[in-house]
Amino acid sequence: MLVAVLTYVGYGVLTLFGYLRDFMRQWKIEKCQNATEREEQKDFVPLYQDFENFYNRNLYMRIRDSWNRPICSVPGAKVDMMERVSHDYNWTFTYTGRVIKDIINMGSYNYLGFAQKAGTCQEAAAKVLSQYGAGVCSTRQEMGNLDKHEELEKLVARFLGVESAMAYGMGFATNSMNIPALVGKGCLILSDELNHASLVLGARLSGATIRIFKHNNMQSLEKLLKDAIVHGQPRTRRPWKKILILVEGIYSMEGSIVRLPEVIALKKKYKSYLYLDEAHSIGALGPTGRGVVEYFGLSPEDVDVMMGTFTKSFGAAGGYIGGKKELIDYLRTYSHSAVYATSLSPPVVEQIITSMKCIMGEDGTNVGKARVQQLAENTRYFRRRLKEMGFIIYGNEDSPVVPLMLYMPAKIGAFGREMLKRNIGVVVVGFPATPIIESRARFCLSAAHTKEMLDTALKEINEVGDLLQLKYSRHRLVPLLDRPFDETTYEETED
Amino acid sequence: WESFLPSRVLVQPVQLICLYAPAYHLILEGILILWIIRLLFSKTYKLQERSDLTPKEKEELIEEWQPEPLVPPVPKDHPALNYNIVSGPPTHIITVNGKECINFASFNFLGLLDNEKVKSAAQASLKKYGVGTCGPRGFYGTFDVHLELEERLAKFMRTEEAIIYSYGFATIASAIPAYSKRGDIVFVDEAACFAIQKGLQASRSNIKLFKHNDMADLERLLKEQETEDQKNPRKARVTRRFIVVEGLYMNTGDVCPLPELIKLKYKYKVRIFLEESLSFGVLGEHGRGITEHFGINIDDIDLISANMENSLASIGGFCCGRSFIIDHQRLSGQGYCFSASLPPLLAAAAIEALNIMEDNPDIFQTLRAKCERIHELLQGISGLKVVGESFSPALHLQLEESCGSRENDVKSLKRVVDYCMNSGIALTQARYLEKEEKCLPPPSIRVVVTVEQTEQELDKAASLLKEAAQSVLN
Repeated sequence: MLVAVLTYVGYGVLTLFGYLRDFMRQWKIEKCQNATEREEQKDFVPLYQDFENFYNRNLYMRIRDSWNRPICSVPGAKVDMMERVSHDYNWTFTYTGRVIKDIINMGSYNYLGFAQKAGTCQEAAAKVLSQYGAGVCSTRQEMGNLDKHEELEKLVARFLGVESAMAYGMGFATNSMNIPALVGKGCLILSDELNHASLVLGARLSGATIRIFKHNNMQSLEKLLKDAIVHGQPRTRRPWKKILILVEGIYSMEGSIVRLPEVIALKKKYKSYLYLDEAHSIGALGPTGRGVVEYFGLSPEDVDVMMGTFTKSFGAAGGYIGGKKELIDYLRTYSHSAVYATSLSPPVVEQIITSMKCIMGEDGTNVGKARVQQLAENTRYFRRRLKEMGFIIYGNEDSPVVPLMLYMPAKIGAFGREMLKRNIGVVVVGFPATPIIESRARFCLSAAHTKEMLDTALKEINEVGDLLQLKYSRHRLVPLLDRPFDETTYEETED
Repeated sequence: WESFLPSRVLVQPVQLICLYAPAYHLILEGILILWIIRLLFSKTYKLQERSDLTPKEKEELIEEWQPEPLVPPVPKDHPALNYNIVSGPPTHIITVNGKECINFASFNFLGLLDNEKVKSAAQASLKKYGVGTCGPRGFYGTFDVHLELEERLAKFMRTEEAIIYSYGFATIASAIPAYSKRGDIVFVDEAACFAIQKGLQASRSNIKLFKHNDMADLERLLKEQETEDQKNPRKARVTRRFIVVEGLYMNTGDVCPLPELIKLKYKYKVRIFLEESLSFGVLGEHGRGITEHFGINIDDIDLISANMENSLASIGGFCCGRSFIIDHQRLSGQGYCFSASLPPLLAAAAIEALNIMEDNPDIFQTLRAKCERIHELLQGISGLKVVGESFSPALHLQLEESCGSRENDVKSLKRVVDYCMNSGIALTQARYLEKEEKCLPPPSIRVVVTVEQTEQELDKAASLLKEAAQSVLN
């Protein structure tokens, strides 16, 4: 309670100062640092509303150095960062030329540690690069469908256990270009509260009606499904053509895992379709890294559209969609990406193929399996230790995304900077990616983190936690989340 | 202080009123007050929107409802279903479906796809950084190669700043909604490409289409808007206006009349967004695009967006312009903030390609000469007409007379393409999503000219197309 009050007070003070500074800037008492409109275009309608940028100018600018940190090495477990300083309170940055070496990287999405600059994946990619070149210069349907793409798609289908799959050049674009191809006007989309921007954009571009259910809350979803089928479309009362449920495997800001068995039961009962976005969970969950479907022991045939990205666990770029053959045939013909967007770059495709074979064990080694197990161990150890220390952690026990609550705006900047001083790189997020009073620091664990690295990190987090008074949890050992609705944890029983 | 008691304050005026007001007045007021109290406390009756169904009826409805299948079945012989499979790199000599052909279908205008220097720069980057970036730009996904590429692009185009996206389609589709919101007005050419259309759809602004390259039509729309503004000046003061045009149109192969557009810009106070995917690295003396081609000051254009997938033979896209405009996208460009950054090896390839473009400015002249040659050679084919400017490297060949329906047109063109592919020239039909395009262009064959094609190859292609048209269309 006290924390909530103090958070609001913090934001209040910042806003007041913001108004004061804006006032001083307007009256030229303080120098205006942002770029301004051209002289010749001063009488045009202003491009940005003043208020829109209020948050940007006054709150974001103060702690801007926690984001967009430039690195100059492979984004593995340890990373080198270019040092930058600001002499005018973050309005401009200059690079000192020095490089801060060996920062423990807890921010990159490197779940299975495939971000490497040497090894089988990199060698294979180098060979393909010298043979094929870097670009493709054409779309899939015209002249850009290489034999490598066909190989990749067959492999992805085998990996997921589905009939067929299709790969795209960008994970974000996979959602925003394929959801409009699947649903249109007259269809209903039920989307989780905390879905990613790409899902929201795809749903909006499709033209279907969108209804939102509370995060991971099955009663809310069931109520919406019932209402939709019984009452039909608003005003015309015609029945809906299709209902599509959009959920994610692991939610990147919460660390929670979707309640897949219940969602599938609901989907079957109400005859709707399920679109599962496994951007963070593919490769990171499940005993062999096949994602959230394997984690719950379900069959991939129950999920109508399995979507995922190659950026996180495979150390490459791009996205895929897997499902039945009719679905993929339809997407090959009507997906926006197949017709208008360039296909994947060949060395990237090779990286995906090699890393996927490694995870499946088809390259003859145990490396893939070892990595998946290492990630699971790291996750459990890290989460347990943080809870013992007394921090508030969101999310499911097994998810490698660990959000640590900060709440107060001042601590966002402080946490980021203190951790960097101690050579640990963390990601801090505030408004607008999270609700305004729930700012957090997010750790992404990796199979490449050794126990020593985790111990160092935990020691430093402990120190900074004491320094900044971040240990909000009132209970030790038994984790209690500070939210009234406890949807975000899902107690999984071993079957 | 008894006089300050509230009862005193209330009672005295009421007493005064009762003394001086007529009786019927008091009675009327009394009734009115009682009515108001009743209304305040009575239950509001909502209109019966939903009929009260019993749970059993609801169960029955749920049982009965049958959704459509998730996707309709696609016929096996759909022209877009079976892709051409390219074995090996899609360079000048390309192996399509097992047959070796000369490539007239990939947008590899400057031939940089196969360039050894570009490949070795990418290899060096691969050894240093690995393949993926494992994060968006905000969270440890910004590499020094990205910063270097942005600086180089800004310097090359002579603007203040540039911003990179990891996917060409997403560049303009994220840039437009970052500036144009609900209530703003965008004037866009009819022949704008699909990426622009998606960007406009995502922005929820009012879209006004003007006829392709018709400045009179655009001026008419602008004048109409002006009269609208005079009716409601307060709203007009906050409604932003944009014109979105392409430098070299992908769908028609011609250029936009940029000098007239600049005049209209200052006359009606509209901002211009220019999409230069095909003209970057093609037009202009040094390849800087259509602004160099027409000799226009680049600061007059508010935003230039291009993709690096054509001339630069890499992947991704960029926007360049003044810092005032470009910096905004770093927080509000969806494809920038919520997506992983460009793999460093592709960024390194793009930097090396830029180096080559800067060191050899005569390739642009060579390319233009080849375009003009093929344009001339393709004139006079019976049954097919050439659509596109003489210096445009991406031409369309459309049927002079339609065979009746679009499906039949597509089939005839496919026979022409197959004839050419069997004889060693790789061509492709221009693909569109027929139901989604706002103004669907007629079916056509895409002919792409690259610097690597020799004069004999150009001649061969032209004569082969003549033969194909003769045998198929007559």
